[in-house]
Amino acid sequence: MNVLWLIMICVSIVFAIFTGNLEAFTKSIFEGAKSAVEISLYLLGIVSVWLGITRILEDSGLIYRIAHLFRPIISRLFKNIPGDHPSITAITLNVLANLFGLGNAATPLGIKAMQELDALNQDKGTITPEMMTFIVINTASIQLIPFSVIGILASYEHHNPAVVVLPVLIATAISAMTALLILALFRRIFR
Amino acid sequence: MIGYVEYISLLIIPLFILFTVLYGTFKKVRVYDSFVAGAKQGPAIILNIFPYLLTIFVAIKGFQASGAFDYVRNVFSGVLAFLDVPIEALSMAVMKPLSGSASTALFTDIVKTTGAESVATQMSAVIMGSAETTFYVLAVYLGAVSIRKTRYLVPVCLVADFVGIVVAVFVTRWFF
Repeated sequence: MNVLWLIMICVSIVFAIFTGNLEAFTKSIFEGAKSAVEISLYLLGIVSVWLGITRILEDSGLIYRIAHLFRPIISRLFKNIPGDHPSITAITLNVLANLFGLGNAATPLGIKAMQELDALNQDKGTITPEMMTFIVINTASIQLIPFSVIGILASYEHHNPAVVVLPVLIATAISAMTALLILALFRRIFR
Repeated sequence: MIGYVEYISLLIIPLFILFTVLYGTFKKVRVYDSFVAGAKQGPAIILNIFPYLLTIFVAIKGFQASGAFDYVRNVFSGVLAFLDVPIEALSMAVMKPLSGSASTALFTDIVKTTGAESVATQMSAVIMGSAETTFYVLAVYLGAVSIRKTRYLVPVCLVADFVGIVVAVFVTRWFF
């Protein structure tokens, strides 16, 4: 992350100097800050709502029933999590929310999953293999129905916006599997 | 068909909330108190995430405004013209990992300018649906637990994004 950020900043400033975009660059930094505040405030509301709902699910015990159903799949991907650990529930709910394209719900549940995974972390501040697997699954974003895309296509009078469902499903499944393979490969190289 | 899909998507969250609240009450949970207790954790989490989000957003916005983003796109466009991939799909591929709202705006623009049934639109739709806003996910999830040493995670995500886009291009070619 450090290297990436450094490169982005340096390249941007050099480009801004050579293309005469200095004014736009400076302005954009404060725009970036502004959107970070806006998104954080938006997230604050959404995250709190979903944490509230998740808490009801926890207190009623329902969450453990849901997680129980998916435990075989999840524990195959995350080998070092104890069988009854709360992170399994959070991961399951996050993956389900992603599958149904409920982006709003997926983020808070993902944050919760990260916190539960961090509770298992011996070396705080350093990422664990389980966290990496979890984040890679998230960035590969397996999605069943891409609602936002369908919505936009429909509003521009596409004859059948749902045609994108199958190609997206295939593309997302293949890319999720390759993402996990790439992670496994890197893990082997840099253990 | 599309009507049904949209209606079901509208139903999922409300029904889920209704079910949660009723099930909780049935299990003798004081749902109001539970909800408040859960929501109370929200502000602390966001406070943790905010600096990470700000840091990555400043870099991304600066990168776009400086002209570096356009330059990267132009370098690639030569190669892609050769492979017969529309430039719009490339913009989409570069934009999607950086910013969710910007890629939605870009997608709408592609639909508007090239038509709802063009190759560029179809390809962008598949990229839009199958890729994720990687930098945002990284900032939020790593920020939530203050992870500083990410080891090889970032390169893995970038390689995976690249492969995902190549897959999207092939799948689109195969389908349309």
